[in-house]
Amino acid sequence: MRLDLILRVGAKLILPFILLFALYVQFHGDYGPGGGFQAGVIAAGMVILYALIFGVRAAKHIAPPSVVEMMVPLGVLIFSGTGVVSILLGYNYLDYTGFHYDFLHAHEWGILIVELGVLVTVSSTMIVMFYAFVERGRR
Amino acid sequence: MTDTAPNAEAFVMAVLLTLLAAITIAIVRQRNMFGVVILAGIYSFLMAAVMMALDAVDVAMTEASVGAGVSTVLLLATLHLTGSMEYPQNRSVAIPAFVTIVVGAMLIWGTSGLPEYGAADSPMNTHVAPTYIEYSKNYEMPPNIVTAVLADFRAFDTLGETAVVFTAGIGVLMLLQGGWRTGSSGRREEEDDDPEAADDDNNAGGTSA
Repeated sequence: MRLDLILRVGAKLILPFILLFALYVQFHGDYGPGGGFQAGVIAAGMVILYALIFGVRAAKHIAPPSVVEMMVPLGVLIFSGTGVVSILLGYNYLDYTGFHYDFLHAHEWGILIVELGVLVTVSSTMIVMFYAFVERGRR
Repeated sequence: MTDTAPNAEAFVMAVLLTLLAAITIAIVRQRNMFGVVILAGIYSFLMAAVMMALDAVDVAMTEASVGAGVSTVLLLATLHLTGSMEYPQNRSVAIPAFVTIVVGAMLIWGTSGLPEYGAADSPMNTHVAPTYIEYSKNYEMPPNIVTAVLADFRAFDTLGETAVVFTAGIGVLMLLQGGWRTGSSGRREEEDDDPEAADDDNNAGGTSA
């Protein structure tokens, strides 16, 4: 386990690019393929790969379970809260037209915020599931 | 160019689908669960390649990351808990085989009624899709119409999906972590869980057999 040098160095090289790709998929989703769900899974995959190579304790250092568990409902809250804000601005639920005087910008912002909610919930759910399974084997 | 492109695509699809069938047969015949999990991961990667060939890059990305990545890791973590050998099944395979063949035949029969792939006059392409495309063009929505449909036109659906993911997450948390969080009372629940794990193993064997 301590001697897997190639895995460790290789993973260290790959990990930042996985996270960068997740952010690219997230924020470039308006123009290319992808969106919150895919980006969330890729980001969670980065944490899971980190845990597989460097151990769950190290992974819990960079993604503390308490924070990740908070993120599970937070994403749904961001998504549904966006709808409430659009109601308060005088439009239908999840109609983003009121976010900006320019129609295109308003909808871009709305999509960006909503996708952020999806990213938060999906990535944290995947990590939480992984932690739950691993914790169970450890006892 | 126009003549060779569809042929190349058909060739790639034929190769991928043949490999998918081979992997499926290997999964059915495999008795070692570790092998089944790895083969399922390969199946997911092949499926992602099929989705790429069908120009559904979003789905391909999801299939590769969820199907081959996260779920493989979770299944391996499960095998760590349950052990990787499938119990020998004493039951007859006649009824499951009959059900599988009948359902499979009905599905194949059903595909004969589907419109041709990519047909412009199919109900899928004539119902709401033209409206989405027209709106996206007229209002200069994000260039990726898939994103516009998912997060704007049909944001309600996506909110529902996010809620489903959230529910699945807290469900897994309650099942797997609920026991030891409560302390001494968790002991009894733990012992209840063990036959359940064995049941899961049987089910997994049942679906693959």
